[in-house]
Amino acid sequence: MTTLPAKTEKKLGLVIDLDTCVGCHACVISCKGWNTENYGAPLSDQNAYGADNSGTFLNRVHSYEVQPAGDAAAQLIHFPKSCLHCEDAPCVTVCPTGASYKRVEDGIVLVNESNCIGCGLCAWACPYGARELDQAEGVMKKCTLCVDRIYNENLPEEDRQPACVRTCPAGARHFGDLGDENSSVSKLVAERGGMDLMPEQGTKPVNKYLPPRPKDDMPEFDVLAPFLEPVAEEPKGFLGWLDKTLEKL
Amino acid sequence: MHPAPSVIFFTTFSGLGFGLLFFLGLGFPAVTGWTAFAFFAIAYVMAVGGLMASTFHLGRPERAIKAFTQWRSSWLSREAWCAVGALVLMGLYGLGLVFFDTRWTAFGILGAVLSMATVFTTSMIYTQLKTIPRWNMKLTPLKFMSLSLAGGALVAGQVDAALVLLVIAGLVQIYAWVEGDKALTSSGTDMASATGLGGIGKVRAFEPPHTGTNYLLREFVHVIGRKHSQKLRIIALGLMTIVPIILLALPFSHFVGVLAIASHVAGVLTARWLFFAEAEHVVGLYYGKR
Repeated sequence: MTTLPAKTEKKLGLVIDLDTCVGCHACVISCKGWNTENYGAPLSDQNAYGADNSGTFLNRVHSYEVQPAGDAAAQLIHFPKSCLHCEDAPCVTVCPTGASYKRVEDGIVLVNESNCIGCGLCAWACPYGARELDQAEGVMKKCTLCVDRIYNENLPEEDRQPACVRTCPAGARHFGDLGDENSSVSKLVAERGGMDLMPEQGTKPVNKYLPPRPKDDMPEFDVLAPFLEPVAEEPKGFLGWLDKTLEKL
Repeated sequence: MHPAPSVIFFTTFSGLGFGLLFFLGLGFPAVTGWTAFAFFAIAYVMAVGGLMASTFHLGRPERAIKAFTQWRSSWLSREAWCAVGALVLMGLYGLGLVFFDTRWTAFGILGAVLSMATVFTTSMIYTQLKTIPRWNMKLTPLKFMSLSLAGGALVAGQVDAALVLLVIAGLVQIYAWVEGDKALTSSGTDMASATGLGGIGKVRAFEPPHTGTNYLLREFVHVIGRKHSQKLRIIALGLMTIVPIILLALPFSHFVGVLAIASHVAGVLTARWLFFAEAEHVVGLYYGKR
């Protein structure tokens, strides 16, 4: 049944640090790579080398310009977005076939692709654009939190985390149990004031976003600058002779 | 929202078909024999044809039968049950009228109730979506049901009922447009809440995540159709309610009746196209669009 579990044993999810993300899109590529070759239908591309190309991705990085009030410089913030594995996931309850479900053991929201009729209603119900209907397979694709990596004992222990987290060169993505208040991700959220996206939609997302840290004000120049010796010196030697000669001409 | 022709046809014609079945189930008009056969044939072509059209937008139509499993939680699944229930009961009821010249009242009344329940469940598929503030209001089921009843009365030849219901449907539609235009703003969802960055300052989409288009933009961010929305609203309202009301006021003939129905259907199709084309999904905010 596509009713939501009243409580999940764990709340596995991601914490994304908007202060650290450099917008390199490595998480986008590693996600596409892993999820094309592993669990479920591959993430197809349409007209990949043509003029009108598009494809299925489970993770996408937006970039926003934020202009603070006053004269402060605008900030450019890179913003990775994937499924937030909501506690009150509207995508699950709308599903007519039971293909969409939320796991009781860890809270991961998954699609059983062999039951999916591709009606698209779950994507309509998701405010975050986390679900995309694969145009080749006709079924709904979404982030699995790399369920085929995190429990996979055939992988070395350091690889048992989502592909996006494992690949991030900036360390902007963190994976863990957000239901356990002593986990490193929960501590990070508490320390940095982790936030929900679109809280007014009532989805109770598990994934949290760490807001950018306040920026320092950059003064125009150092207060000691007027008292310093100028760096430029009179040219000497050949250049000095050339300078004087050219002045005379 | 992308105005997919299959869904526009489905909601328009199944709404009309089930509206007609509602009146037939209650015995208006009290037809039997071949006249009943003609009425039921028209109703079934519209209701079943609409349902068939709806399967065209599925990615995997061959698995459509699985949509019957989740009636406890899903409005789409409930719609499937109501539709099949209504069609089976009204089929039995029609059988009695056409071949045995008897009216099995219980089947008729239950079938009529289920026909309206089908229209209600269809409307709830749209109404339940908080992500589309324009649809997420009580006016949506009211609009679908009043239009279905008005269209049903019109096709059933119930002139007095049709006149009243057309006026009601028109007023509900106008009210839905007025309220709908305010819905996104009053929902409280904007770029600031979508990104959580509103506390720093004004948020502007600087660069999208992809150079081409994608499923999300194709499905949810349809801005082209809104350009002429005011003109289309007037056209829709005129064809849907005003023209049929004028035609019904004329001395009745079958030709005028058919004309009124054709005008009404054209109007509902236009209004339904606008229903999708004007609907703003909040995911557009991530792209700086609405």
